[in-house]
Amino acid sequence: MCGIVGLFLKNPDLRPQLGEMLTDMLITMTDRGPDSAGIAIYGDGDDGLKVTVQSDTPQESFDGLDAALSAALGADVTMRVVDTHAVLSIPDGARDAAVAFLEDRGLRIMGLGASMEIFKEVGLPHEVAARFDLRAMGGSHGIGHTRMATESAVTTLGAHPFSTAEDQCLVHNGSLSNHNQMRRVLTQKGFPPKTENDTEVAACYISSRIAEGANLGQALEGTLDDLDGFFTFVMGTKNGFGVVRDPIACKPAVMAETDDYVAFGSEYRAFADLPGIEAARVWEPEPATVYFWER
Amino acid sequence: MTATAIAETDTGVQTLDMTETPLREVNETLQAQSASTNQTRFVIENPRGSHAVAVGLDAPIEVTVKGSTGYYCAGMNKQATVHVTGSVGPGVAENMMSGTVIIDGDASQYAGATGHGGLLVVKGNASSRCGISMKGIDIVVHGNIGHMSAFMAQKGNLVVLGDAGDALGDSLYEARLFVRGKVKSLGADCIEKEMRPEHIALLRDLLDRAGADAKPEEFTRYGSARKLYNFNIDHAGDY
Repeated sequence: MCGIVGLFLKNPDLRPQLGEMLTDMLITMTDRGPDSAGIAIYGDGDDGLKVTVQSDTPQESFDGLDAALSAALGADVTMRVVDTHAVLSIPDGARDAAVAFLEDRGLRIMGLGASMEIFKEVGLPHEVAARFDLRAMGGSHGIGHTRMATESAVTTLGAHPFSTAEDQCLVHNGSLSNHNQMRRVLTQKGFPPKTENDTEVAACYISSRIAEGANLGQALEGTLDDLDGFFTFVMGTKNGFGVVRDPIACKPAVMAETDDYVAFGSEYRAFADLPGIEAARVWEPEPATVYFWER
Repeated sequence: MTATAIAETDTGVQTLDMTETPLREVNETLQAQSASTNQTRFVIENPRGSHAVAVGLDAPIEVTVKGSTGYYCAGMNKQATVHVTGSVGPGVAENMMSGTVIIDGDASQYAGATGHGGLLVVKGNASSRCGISMKGIDIVVHGNIGHMSAFMAQKGNLVVLGDAGDALGDSLYEARLFVRGKVKSLGADCIEKEMRPEHIALLRDLLDRAGADAKPEEFTRYGSARKLYNFNIDHAGDY
């Protein structure tokens, strides 16, 4: 069991409230996933690339990190430290050098993207939300996850969302049964998962399909053919998000749409505080059917 | 129970507001009613998708839930009439024994699962596994139902005004299935059967009780071919 929440804003006036709305949804899903929590939030894309990194010893790891990275890249880098995470803005084209530099310093890369930032930690969702001050974050869309761990350990790297390509992230409720086989296939194809987690394999699979030319819909449809197990997936991209459930569809999912937003939740409870929910169109996504919203 | 948690109105309807009254108190209040209770009408406000609302009732009371609920609403119901004005999550009226449960919106998976008796009416759609292992309950769905509905259904009637998903009635026992729309596929050992006068009469009564505007003659009946009842070595591959 895990909890998933997602919010895609159609009304730009709500953007400053995205974090507030998503945090309430996330905390409501605490009893579906008390082990760890995470959120991917998509803001307006700045020039350049944002790298979200995590450290268990943030004070010493992040001290002077921006200056060191600036010197290494020969370009200006800005840094925003958020608890155990730091978001570094680097110039386009400096990606590979920056990632190598950061990994060499023992930092964990949570995700990269023009507009995506990822914050995830072990702990109850309200604690994780408070650490990162998720409520204060604005943006166009976001995805959150509360994890009850089954397939890999309760660690920061085992928390969702998983990002395996720029501005792409995946959250999952369920468990995959062919992830070891898929891990070998994906590693051979050049998309090696970094953790023991099954969801990361699915994220690598989708990223590999998109890299090969599939659009988001095709990549999500591919999960129905190539991934075995239980899943409700919600996938975030720079422009929107997609949803797909396995054909058995025993992992719950509900969606709501108004003129202002499209919302996803593992349960209706997550929607209870959303504005205008009483008049929203609420429905359960069909099994083996891909849904996506893009701007 | 705090005095402020219950607002009794002149009309004899007791209102339980779930923003003020915890779920357990709501359910304990409803479960405490006896067959001879004078308080027969209750309204639950602000369920906000809560789980297990109005479960385990055993008195001839009427409960209106204003809004949508989560898992297992009206589970194990006996005698009571529970009316939800919104939609319900998985397992509504699970293992119902008697009484009536009416959902104005949609029902998520396994609505009416294992129900022994009573009537479940879903005015919207019901998703997968509706009526799974039903044992005597009557279920009327005004909209569509999802895949694997009436799986191993033993007794009772499942009536669907819309369409049914894949594998309807897989491994069916003696429940009767009536579908007005299309059936995407039938499950193992589920077959179309003739509509005899007694089926038309049964269906007319059920549609009438469920407030459904449909003619019994428009429905097709499905039931068990009874070929899985006994082991057949020639069909070993089918089991």
